[in-house]
Amino acid sequence: MQIIPLSAFDLSVAAALVVALAATSHLMRLGVGAQLLVAGVRTAVQLLLIGFVLKSLFAHAHLGWVALIAIVMLAVAGREVKARQRNPFIGLWGYGIGASAMFVSGFSVTVFALAAIVAPEPWYMPQYAIPLLGMILGNTMTSVALTADHLTESASKRWNVIEARLALGDGWRTAIEEIRRDSIRVGLVPTINAMAAAGLVSLPGMMTGQILAGSPPLEAVKYQILIMFLISVGSGIGAAIAVAVGSRRLFDERERLRLDRLRR
Amino acid sequence: MSRLRTVNLRNLTHPADARHLPRLPPVSINVDDGECLCIAGASGSGKTLFLRAVADLDPSSGNVYLDDVERCRFTGPAWRRRVAYLAAEPAWWAPNVRAHLSDVSSEQLAALGFTQATLDRPVDRLSTGERQRLALLRLLARQPQALLLDEPTAALDRDAVTAVERLVHGCLTVHGMAVLWVTHDRAQIRRLGARVLHLPEATVTPTPQSDADYSS
Repeated sequence: MQIIPLSAFDLSVAAALVVALAATSHLMRLGVGAQLLVAGVRTAVQLLLIGFVLKSLFAHAHLGWVALIAIVMLAVAGREVKARQRNPFIGLWGYGIGASAMFVSGFSVTVFALAAIVAPEPWYMPQYAIPLLGMILGNTMTSVALTADHLTESASKRWNVIEARLALGDGWRTAIEEIRRDSIRVGLVPTINAMAAAGLVSLPGMMTGQILAGSPPLEAVKYQILIMFLISVGSGIGAAIAVAVGSRRLFDERERLRLDRLRR
Repeated sequence: MSRLRTVNLRNLTHPADARHLPRLPPVSINVDDGECLCIAGASGSGKTLFLRAVADLDPSSGNVYLDDVERCRFTGPAWRRRVAYLAAEPAWWAPNVRAHLSDVSSEQLAALGFTQATLDRPVDRLSTGERQRLALLRLLARQPQALLLDEPTAALDRDAVTAVERLVHGCLTVHGMAVLWVTHDRAQIRRLGARVLHLPEATVTPTPQSDADYSS
């Protein structure tokens, strides 16, 4: 099956719909019209840019280029995780906790999937490596951001409960145990929901894309199952690392709660 | 009484680099075993910050000793198990009382007007005064060696105040604990027979015999 190419006119028809939506929201004074337009322009520009980057990358498959793109993706994801937190850690920690959690989880899961499961030749073949990493990193980012935000926000709000336990001689792990558990659960909810609804409520993006591009549905489904399993593992590891590093940073060497390390 | 339980402070204050903490005047004082030291001062004078510094809940500089052993010899939790701090508004982390007070005896409960049935009550159904007294029991159940009490009777009626004072008096005389007690109540300071640390001046006066003594 041949893919039906989209022309610039096709895309501008869809863009006109977004402009119409923005105009409507402006007339209704919803205050999101400008944001919608900016987000729409960003989507178009960012995706066109990555399209050109991927086109030349596929033509010159080299581990160095793949690694460079992966690092840029990680750097942007780290910034996003910090930006989504209401009470991030001050200084490099605010960026480092999210970025390191995503680096360990997202990269290790992607490399494992490439080397041990999909096994393209070479293992870093960009057609497989970049989309796999993108999907795993994107979902891990959401999970890490939710987890870190819940951890720091809950510690800020429930400091008196944490300190009540510290004052009785409990260690930092016991004092923040419940918040740690809740944070990981909050971070994994979108992944669990997506797995539970897959195929019944929603047709996941990658599978839909493959089907549109002419792949046999069963092949597309197998890839989607693989991706969802990898995303759940990446999200779980990412959330666990974010909670482990973040909750330790909330306490100092005397196991005192240090909310002054958060921007409040 | 088997051993000394003294708390000694030498120039205890907030470190210069702790910019998130307000200034705390340096305090040097010995609180002997079986002694109660009351801490008095206007709102914002640093009474709570002082107790938190002793409890090692905030960073502090200077030296703090328990029975001549310096605080840095203990881990943070080990110190706070021995020198236990009761906040002015104690927090609760589980829905019912029993989850917080598993090791408390019937006699200890009875001393503050409670029974074993109290342990099954939900925390949010307790009055402020009941919560305050149960928080004191929660603290004592861990068998600390010194107590840091931040206005423990502020929300209590006269009978409950008497019960708390009697219980703490037992800690002083029977167990030989050192007690640091923040209070605004002059009559209570006289009943406790305590010296008074005035903040923010960081001066110490003997037990006031009258309100005039206290003011001076």
